[in-house]
Amino acid sequence: MTHLPRRTVYPFLLLLFQILFSAIAFGSVLREAGEEEFSEELLLRPLPDRKVLAHFHFETRAPSSLSDSYGRHHHLFPKAIAQLVQKFRVKEMELSFTQGRWNYDQWGGFDPIPSSNAKPPGVELWAVFDVPQHQVDAYWKNLTHTLSGLFCASINFLESSTTYSAPEWSFQPSSGSLRYGTLPREAVCTENLTPWLKLLPCRDKAGLSVLMHRPSIYRGFYHSQRLHLKSSQFDSGGLESGIVLEQTLTVVLQPNSQSTSKTYSIETKLQPSWSLSSIFGRKVTGRCVLAKSSNVYLQLERGLVTELENLQMENVISRADNMGSEGLRSNPGFELSVKPDRVFKEVNSIYSKSSSVLCEYSIVKYSDSEPFDLGLTWKLPVVWSCQQAPLHASRFLMGSGNERGAIAISLTSTELNEGFLGANTVEDRCKLQVDIFQVVPWYIKVYFHTLQVFVDGQPQGLTDVVEKMHVSPSEDKVSPGVMELVLKFPCGVKSATLTLEFDKGFLHIDEYPPDANQGFDIPSAVISFPNFLASTHYLEENSLTKTPMLSKFQEKSLVLSYTEVLLVPLTTPDFSMPYNVITITCTVFALYFGSLVNVLRRRVGEEERLLKNRAARKAGRLPQLLSKLSAKLRGKECESPQSSSASSSFSSSKLILKVVIVAGIAIFWQFYSK
Amino acid sequence: MAEAEAEAEAPKPRPRPIVRLGIFLIAHSLLLSVVCCTAGILTLLLLPVLAKNTYISENALMPGSANSMLPGQEVSEANRLVKDLTSLDLKPVGGGIESQRLIAEYMSDLGAEVSYHRFYPQSNQFHPLHFLSYPESGTIRENVSCSLHGLNTVGIIRAPRGDGKEAIVLVTPYNSGKIGPGEALSLGIAYSVFSLLSRVTWLAKDIIWLAADSKYGEYAAVDAWLSDYHMPVFNGLGALNAEMCHGSNILNELKDDSFTERKICDGFRRAGTMAAALVIKVADRSEQFENSLSIYAEASNGQMPNLDLINIVNFLAVHRQGLQTKVEKMWSLLNCKWLKILGEILESLGHVARSLNPQWKFGIPAADYAEGIATLASSLYYQALGVPTGPHGAFRDYQVDAITLEISSGVFSNDKVKQNDFLLRGGRLIEGVIRSVNNLLEKFHQSFFLYLLTSPSKFVSVGVYMIAFALLVAPLPMVAASLYIDAHKLDPSYENDKSTPPASAAEKFGITFRSCKWLNAAKKVFVVHLWGAVVSLLPYFVCQIPSCTPTISFVVWVSLSILSLLILYLILGFPFSYVNASSQSQNRDWALLKSVTISAAFIGLCLMSVINFSTAEIGALLLVPMCLMAQPLKLDVKARILRNFSRVACNLALGFIGFPPAAFFVLKGVFEGFGGISVGYFWNWLETIWAWNSATYLYIGMVHLPCWVLCIHVLFHPC
Repeated sequence: MTHLPRRTVYPFLLLLFQILFSAIAFGSVLREAGEEEFSEELLLRPLPDRKVLAHFHFETRAPSSLSDSYGRHHHLFPKAIAQLVQKFRVKEMELSFTQGRWNYDQWGGFDPIPSSNAKPPGVELWAVFDVPQHQVDAYWKNLTHTLSGLFCASINFLESSTTYSAPEWSFQPSSGSLRYGTLPREAVCTENLTPWLKLLPCRDKAGLSVLMHRPSIYRGFYHSQRLHLKSSQFDSGGLESGIVLEQTLTVVLQPNSQSTSKTYSIETKLQPSWSLSSIFGRKVTGRCVLAKSSNVYLQLERGLVTELENLQMENVISRADNMGSEGLRSNPGFELSVKPDRVFKEVNSIYSKSSSVLCEYSIVKYSDSEPFDLGLTWKLPVVWSCQQAPLHASRFLMGSGNERGAIAISLTSTELNEGFLGANTVEDRCKLQVDIFQVVPWYIKVYFHTLQVFVDGQPQGLTDVVEKMHVSPSEDKVSPGVMELVLKFPCGVKSATLTLEFDKGFLHIDEYPPDANQGFDIPSAVISFPNFLASTHYLEENSLTKTPMLSKFQEKSLVLSYTEVLLVPLTTPDFSMPYNVITITCTVFALYFGSLVNVLRRRVGEEERLLKNRAARKAGRLPQLLSKLSAKLRGKECESPQSSSASSSFSSSKLILKVVIVAGIAIFWQFYSK
Repeated sequence: MAEAEAEAEAPKPRPRPIVRLGIFLIAHSLLLSVVCCTAGILTLLLLPVLAKNTYISENALMPGSANSMLPGQEVSEANRLVKDLTSLDLKPVGGGIESQRLIAEYMSDLGAEVSYHRFYPQSNQFHPLHFLSYPESGTIRENVSCSLHGLNTVGIIRAPRGDGKEAIVLVTPYNSGKIGPGEALSLGIAYSVFSLLSRVTWLAKDIIWLAADSKYGEYAAVDAWLSDYHMPVFNGLGALNAEMCHGSNILNELKDDSFTERKICDGFRRAGTMAAALVIKVADRSEQFENSLSIYAEASNGQMPNLDLINIVNFLAVHRQGLQTKVEKMWSLLNCKWLKILGEILESLGHVARSLNPQWKFGIPAADYAEGIATLASSLYYQALGVPTGPHGAFRDYQVDAITLEISSGVFSNDKVKQNDFLLRGGRLIEGVIRSVNNLLEKFHQSFFLYLLTSPSKFVSVGVYMIAFALLVAPLPMVAASLYIDAHKLDPSYENDKSTPPASAAEKFGITFRSCKWLNAAKKVFVVHLWGAVVSLLPYFVCQIPSCTPTISFVVWVSLSILSLLILYLILGFPFSYVNASSQSQNRDWALLKSVTISAAFIGLCLMSVINFSTAEIGALLLVPMCLMAQPLKLDVKARILRNFSRVACNLALGFIGFPPAAFFVLKGVFEGFGGISVGYFWNWLETIWAWNSATYLYIGMVHLPCWVLCIHVLFHPC
């Protein structure tokens, strides 16, 4: 009897364990959707000017804290960011650190990568808050301080109301709770990258981030690290709840070409071949185990694919094969060292006939012993061009001198515009919409009424071109000037120029930054083209779950481009010799006001009368008294009739005495100081 | 002395010390003026002794701290360019465009953004209203002829990690029609530097290389590019011109050229605010100047670039590349006897001083002194002229520091090694300068802007050279005041004696009478100055006369001037209305006139010293003695004493030299010899001055000439 229960207990316990385990397993399956996720991806793209674009994309998702069973704890999601979102009620936020300029001509300006990753030099921060209107500024200020601490950067300078602005609609449609600020002069270095890497679950110890060898990524021509945050926690009844943290690092690197000699043979026109190890100095030794997906993509742009197809056509007699994975691998233009796992081809591209190709490499199967090192070897010289934004924007200063000047934004059409809009010119109503968002610091006193628009070299009436305009003039030492414009150009526009005149203001002496003689920056203007949406759909061979990179490509994003930062020389005091300046100014003022006051208050007639009186009395009271005193001391009676000469001699002796005293003090001082 | 006098007149109130000092100075104005003028001229001659050694004031520049990176490879490439350019010159088929195309090809091979800039040369028109102001773009370009246009080639290297806010400009002017060996070498130097800079990683500022087409003058090309850079025209005038002109297809020709893959951008390319500009030239000179570097810095109206820019060039050229730097000097002054003697005196004085106290270190070798004076004289002259000494002058108008470097080499033979060495040296010098400027975070502001050079490594700052001018000018107000007071002395016995003590108490009746007199003299001076303004406007009309030789223009101008003087004389009437006045009042009349003239000259000189110091300095040298000495000749002739005759001689000599054309011819004759001087030269000289909008022209017309006329009027005053 005693044995029975024991025998029955074991199976029962086993059963119980089994049920428990399966329940847990089942639960985890159920909770898959609400689980925190991390994915790492790297996109590589050869650029037309012999450079390579590397775009790291890390995405971390956290479920909404309301439904979170962990409470305040997270597995993968960085706690700092979660707290930040909680505390400042951030709906959406983007912070970017950029060094160098994105070359819109050569590196493209139309696809999703440049329109969301090409950023102005320095720091750019914008955030949308889910708080009432009157609290937004306070939340923004706190947020800047927090981020400043988090990323070791002087983002806290964005706290001052002169540095940030609240665009109404041109930057991002928002209901007044968006704040936007830039620090064009912020230097970007590893101290900003390290805290950014700390937000990743594997840091740079494993996975794709191993490639971030500091010397090689900072040697590049463009370096932009970005942190984009989107939370729908505060949305009531949002479909996908939770926080999405997107961290991207975009670098443009120059592969070391072996043949540095510039002999004009065919080999120099050949693009330099590269591999991961040659451009980064590292290899991928495996994935970050916490990542749900970790992939490397190689993207070939439309222009490049077209060129390759042309090459293929030339060689078509020799080899007839389709543009599959094998075809790509052994195409006449280049050779890949690793065979791609999957190849996607772009479908229904609206703006051009050819379509781009995306090769995917999953790095799950690679390890320390067998590292992943993708290489691309060019076999034939290929020249192609990138797809550019409809209008190429550049901004420059006009005028010289310290008094006034003008800002000019010039937009020139690119091939895309010509190609795309050329077809539509049949319709007269075809209009190209351009949004311009420009922030101007208060010491650049812009006269918005001087806005002039020239289209194809002809001055245009503002009402013909400007569809919508929102201007908030700057207030001295309080807020910057903001200009938001919606312009509608005819589609066949070749070039358009906007000019705005300004006066240069004066700063208070303690408002000058260090190195004031360098000049002052006008932050980049943001030019966007709402008619165009950059998105690339890739036809997936086997429609598994979409990776974040692919869904990013499919997202319809606005085509944005940033203009150059401008440097305005302002009048600057000579800080090296304030003492001299103060002394000379004070002397001049004293002389001027002294003589003026003297002239104003002197009454000549009165003075003459006074002098006559004094002459009548022969001498003043004090000398008289003194002479009396001296006479008494000498024991003689006072000789008032001679007092004038006596007093004069006495006063002269007094003068001598004074001089002697002063000289004595001077000598003493000289002696003492030595 | 004044004190004693004040004491003597017992019931008088004692004025304040400053007033007493003023009265004292006025009372001794003759002595004061003699002392001050002498001291002023002496100080000017002492300036080479007082000059300080230059030093690099801005620490961030760090010239020469980095090793030069320019390898021989770039130089051989540059050599190829030089060879291509010179061979281009041999075959005349390409016309003007071939060289631009070649340079653009070379630029774009380096990965630079290349664009062409077309410009139309402007005629030298005198615009009376455009003085001291920038010519408004668009207004002047009305009458351009299409066939005349130049084509600049512009290449821009973007700094890899820079933010593109600032740029450094390299300019190589060359004649696209016929490329000389020197020009080809200068392009070679620029190319070698440019190709190095396209690869370096330390670049923080963008580099612009402007290969300026100097077919219509070096300055015109650079200026046209700069004005398009800073003040572009959008309203279609330029576009219209391009359409009108058949030459516009040249650009298209250039674009769809053989190189399809190279992108030559149309449109104007820009790169931020300019930090500094270097104009590189190679002199086609004889062998004796081998391995020397001439620095030209004077821009319009005597503006100079920051001294630091000259310093780094000088430092790098002397200490790194072993070049001998030079600044322009007046060669004819070097052989002057009196200068040598003066130099020796100063040298011996320096020796004496050193023997007394070894701490006193003044006195420089006599040869150095003569060189210093020669350099100083040319520095003063070119600043005073107000005409830029090279294409760098165009940059100064836009507040960009720029200098012209003219490297001389004796290699135009086919000596390959020598040419390589020359290119390497030149390239390394430019590289070093660019690297220094690239280091600079702020714009040039640390060092001097107001200075005169006495040698490439010695300068006189504004605080020192002001003294000479101040001393020269100081007696003017004193003498004016003293004359004014003299004229009011009722006592006729004091008429000629200037050292009379001032009259103090005055009757009210007399005051009104005298102020009238004073106003009369002021009116006269005003009328003459008005005439001066008219005279300086006349060339505008003289220029309208078609096909005029300079001599005829000059004669027309002079006759018109005299005519206008007569007309003014008749209309406004020189005040001879009070003929019934006594001789004493006549006497007073000239003294008052002289007093007002001197005041006007003083004001004019002081104003000019603010605009262009060197003009004021030279003007003061001529004007001050003349104004101070002027006295009616009649009085002196009447006196019949030797002293008076010497004064007459002095007056006549000063009056002669004070007349601007006379002064010009005398100086020209002294420095260049009197052979073949014609009246037209002066007209040509003036033409260049007004073509460059120099304030010197205004000074001559509105200060110097009227003062001279007034002095002559005083000289021939009928006493």
